[in-house]
Amino acid sequence: MVLIQAIIEIFPDLTKGLAITITVLIGAAFFGYLFAFIAGLCRLSSKLFLRKFTGLYVEIFRGTSLIVQLFWLYYAIPMLFGIELGSNWWAGVIAISLNYGAYMSEIVRGSILAVAKGQSEAAIALNMSRYQRMRFVILPQAIRMMLPEFGNYSIQMLKATSLVSLIGMEDILYHGNIIRSTNLSQAPIVYLLVLVFYFILALPLIFLTRKMESFSKKGVASG
Amino acid sequence: MIEPIVTFQDVHKSFGNSKVLKGIDLDIRPAEKVAIIGPSGSGKTTIIRMLMTLEEPTSGDIIVNGTNLWKMEKKGRLVRAHEKHLRAVRGDIGMVFQHFNLFPHMTILENCMTAPLHVKKEPKAEVKQRSLEMLDRVGLADKVDQYPSQLSGGQKQRVAMARALVMRPKIMLFDEVTSALDPELVGEVLQVIRDIAKNDDMAMILVTHEMDFALDIADKVLFLDEGVIAEQGSASEVIEHSSNERLQEFLHRFRA
Amino acid sequence: MNNWSWDVFVDAFPKIIDGLAITLALTIVCYVFALVFGFFWLFIKMIPLNSLRWLVTWMMEFIRSTPPLVQLFFIYFAWPMVPVVGFALDEFTSAVLGLGIHFSTYIAEVYRSGIEVVGKGQWEAAKALNFSKRRKWTKIILPQAIPPTIPMLGNYLIIMFKEVPLASTIGVAGILHIANSYGAQNWTYLEPLTIVAILFLILSYPSAIIINRLEKKMNRRFDKKETLTRSKGATA
Repeated sequence: MVLIQAIIEIFPDLTKGLAITITVLIGAAFFGYLFAFIAGLCRLSSKLFLRKFTGLYVEIFRGTSLIVQLFWLYYAIPMLFGIELGSNWWAGVIAISLNYGAYMSEIVRGSILAVAKGQSEAAIALNMSRYQRMRFVILPQAIRMMLPEFGNYSIQMLKATSLVSLIGMEDILYHGNIIRSTNLSQAPIVYLLVLVFYFILALPLIFLTRKMESFSKKGVASG
Repeated sequence: MIEPIVTFQDVHKSFGNSKVLKGIDLDIRPAEKVAIIGPSGSGKTTIIRMLMTLEEPTSGDIIVNGTNLWKMEKKGRLVRAHEKHLRAVRGDIGMVFQHFNLFPHMTILENCMTAPLHVKKEPKAEVKQRSLEMLDRVGLADKVDQYPSQLSGGQKQRVAMARALVMRPKIMLFDEVTSALDPELVGEVLQVIRDIAKNDDMAMILVTHEMDFALDIADKVLFLDEGVIAEQGSASEVIEHSSNERLQEFLHRFRA
Repeated sequence: MNNWSWDVFVDAFPKIIDGLAITLALTIVCYVFALVFGFFWLFIKMIPLNSLRWLVTWMMEFIRSTPPLVQLFFIYFAWPMVPVVGFALDEFTSAVLGLGIHFSTYIAEVYRSGIEVVGKGQWEAAKALNFSKRRKWTKIILPQAIPPTIPMLGNYLIIMFKEVPLASTIGVAGILHIANSYGAQNWTYLEPLTIVAILFLILSYPSAIIINRLEKKMNRRFDKKETLTRSKGATA
């Protein structure tokens, strides 16, 4: 009974952080996919400079930790350039999206390269332009391959949003930490509930990812 | 004398160190049906792939409809053609591939409609009607809403032909279109090609191993051997009256 | 760039380097823990009991799709408070358990994929040759299952290395923790955090290249298409 009472007490407090967690996730996912596509396409560009430049971006962000990048953006950037990123919301969203954008750009690049060569040859034989080949033939198939990976990465991004509590954003974890600090003995229930909260948010993404896995098996000529 | 629609002038092609084509000269007139035969690795496919702009010749000229395909004039000099030039010239050429290369994410009808719609920018109603007619002609009117993965190899290849025909090419290239098919499906595909050859007035170049079929429909047969055209002429000239030893050997093996 | 100070950089650098030993040690210990614990998941899933398998599958899914940071907090702050079974753990051990368990669920998947690589025909061949169970595993299955997993496992080592700074949040004195403390004391985060970023880059980039080479080699040996493993499975 004590347990249930504790849950009833804690639960509403944690929901206060839901909005932050979800908006950071949506922001990070939106910009993450955007960066992934821009960087992925740039790495396939015929311009050497673009390829090298985006390659540098990808290696830097994949080579260092997200938490280090987050702190760097939040603490170091304002010192270095004397500018603020606007808010810690933006710092969190930009750090997560730049980091996962770098990882996902490899998915974009790999998927485009994985579309069978015969597909673009057939498109050439139908006299499509470079843009039309990409738009009508390559991308629709490449995106099918990307979807399950993107689904997996959305779950990763959801997990990553918990880091914004470290730069003072009042997300689910932040509220959990507050409750724990006022009542130490409740720590097990608090963190268990926090984990359950994240899991409930992850569930639709998990099912979506599985669905996309079966979807992507159809309609792709790869090789 | 009718002007040729396609001319090859001393065309060479190397891949790395290996010379695949060593000087090809060739004229193809409008509506002419040409079969290219020869042992595998002799460069047959490379010839039509260069014409389709899928492969760039190492040297020599390919003239299509009076325009140099791979070179264009810039400030009075001939330079390597860019994409825009290639697109302008290859618009009259269509190709059917050994492995069909249908677009797996589109229905059969969409496979046929995409290019005329977006490349030629023709009105949708007209494109749809023409696509349906073509699919009916290749005997697949009842499959228009299915996806390529639901079809047999022979059906896929017939769709590929309909898709190419909807673009109304003046030159059609066939790259070993029956090689990837189960033997029992070869007939239906050859039947469609025969129909096209008889009823359409486009030039056709067939790279094929179906010897009897090639000889049956071709106005001209080329025997390609070790990167050069070793023999050419009408079907009967090449098959029955040639004294080329390698050709006889090649034919003998295929007829056996 | 007017706020950048080389004096601070030179002052902070040796202090932060001191934390590298902890960071690397934590990486290795977490990694070994995850490798061992990965087998635990694998074996428990082999028990032919459907309800158990279902439970374990969802447990793994739960661990994998919730933030390791919260799991870390759970073990460090909450575990000592759990009635009856709970006891206090030091920071390092908490980090090993928290990150180790989280990653073990990924490692278990790697093991599984390795075993799945071995085709059905190989199992049948082993049967046809009338191999004993032990010889079947040591002579046929494992020699084929292990090599393809090596690049994937190596990849997880790098990912682990990049996740270890999470432990600074519970006070493990690795490079990030020292940099943050230095920043708080001296009111400048720029140089210490930049040093941390550079250290990560210097250590992980060459390792990533080595893993990539290894993977290409394995793919050639086993006649497989290039996979995306290098970019797969990052966690935060």
